[in-house]
Amino acid sequence: MVCQKCHMREANVHYTQIINGNKTELYLCSQCAEENSQITFSPQINLGKLLWGFPGFGSNTGFKEFGHHPVTRCDVCGMSFDDFRKSGKLGCANCYRVFRDNLSPILRRLHGNTEHTGKIPAKVSDTVKYTEEIERLKAELSAAVESEQYERAAELRDRIRKLENTGKNGGGE
Amino acid sequence: MMQDKNPVSIHDVAISSRVRLARNLEAYPFTTRMTGSQSSEILQKVRNALFSSVQADTAFTYLEMNSISPLDRQLLVEKHLISPEFANGEFSRAAIISKDEKVCIMVNEEDHLRLQCIIPGMHLDEAWKVCNDLDTKLDEKLGFAFDKTYGYLTCCPTNIGTGIRASVMLHLPALSMTGYIKNVLETCSKIGVAVRGAYGENSEASGNMFQISNQATLGQTEEEIIAGINNITTQISEQERVLRDELYKQNPMRFEDRVFRSLGLLQNARIISSEESLKLLSDVRLGAIMGLVQGIDLKKLNDLMIMIQPAYLQKVSGGQLRPEDRDQRRAELLRRMLKGSLQ
Repeated sequence: MVCQKCHMREANVHYTQIINGNKTELYLCSQCAEENSQITFSPQINLGKLLWGFPGFGSNTGFKEFGHHPVTRCDVCGMSFDDFRKSGKLGCANCYRVFRDNLSPILRRLHGNTEHTGKIPAKVSDTVKYTEEIERLKAELSAAVESEQYERAAELRDRIRKLENTGKNGGGE
Repeated sequence: MMQDKNPVSIHDVAISSRVRLARNLEAYPFTTRMTGSQSSEILQKVRNALFSSVQADTAFTYLEMNSISPLDRQLLVEKHLISPEFANGEFSRAAIISKDEKVCIMVNEEDHLRLQCIIPGMHLDEAWKVCNDLDTKLDEKLGFAFDKTYGYLTCCPTNIGTGIRASVMLHLPALSMTGYIKNVLETCSKIGVAVRGAYGENSEASGNMFQISNQATLGQTEEEIIAGINNITTQISEQERVLRDELYKQNPMRFEDRVFRSLGLLQNARIISSEESLKLLSDVRLGAIMGLVQGIDLKKLNDLMIMIQPAYLQKVSGGQLRPEDRDQRRAELLRRMLKGSLQ
């Protein structure tokens, strides 16, 4: 069979695309399929392909899954989760927040873990210190309220407020 | 180069240690989504940040990839300073390399920054210290993308968290000759340790050189990851040493014959490919470590493994060479460097 796009080369890829419920079926040569789908057929290692079958990725080859779910896009860089599936690469830091639920199982498979325990940048570790201190004081505050030590409670409340403001003015996240 | 105080026994197997950190500027999209002008801005920012935080003018060379020749880029690949992908990338990208070639920062590789430090021998801790200090200084000026749960955010989720890749290049001729290397590879893959050829992903293990590195980057501290790689490389090195002795004991004459045949070829060949040179150099290196070949130090043999590569040969010859001319130049170089090394 001849490729339905270039009408020259032999077709060797059966290409199904579903966009907004409209199904298109094409028989293409690998070159046209690549141009048509942004799916790379290059022999480089492609994380996206390796990840097929992992939880969060579905068990099918990416081809058939286009458009089956409403497309969520990163509000900063515009990347969709399908884009990530194809390339194995994300578009910006915000993608990690937008796709957190989908990424979590993948990270677990890749690293056996989903939480960072290593180096923390100085500016963040300051914020972490504030947060921890505030949480400690809040616990103390509710204990004070429970035991009706209102003077102590007021004192603690003021310290929490002060810390919260410093935290915001300091590093932020 | 840093002063190497370790005795031969530690360096017999480990050629070099490398730590690299993947970092991204939080104010910009990753390289997958950045525009051409953003990539130039990033270069400028990194350059300014580095040159204002260290006495970089004297200590570092700034090389914009689009303004140096493909041959010069290839040379940096052969020296393990930049990745092959980086040499042929499309965006504005630069390598900032310390004068002693110990530290190299690739700007706009897969991530905005790839900070790396390479030290001869088994010195991962030292390499991590250098990277860590530089990272802290640059972060103050650049602001790296970081998430409290996920750690340092990277373009590819395989590098997220610490962003660290700790690797040691090992020379494993005995494990390769006996075929036990297969067991090593299997074990490593089971415990999440990657084994690659000398030039990174997809490269072959020419000259029996293998890079051992961590795969997971999230959930362990940098120190734990480094300790893990130190541990596994120490074990592999130990097995390699035992096998070397065993091979020699089984048949000393055959062992010596192999070493000296290889040396003879290197000292006398008129035409030689890089692949063959690496194979023979591996034998001679083994012979030198076992005390059979006198008068050639390991550093010279390690250097030769880079000097016989295509770009290096062409660079010292002053321009492009056809492959057959390269094979002749290579043979000349090897003869000159290995002259008069006899038992």
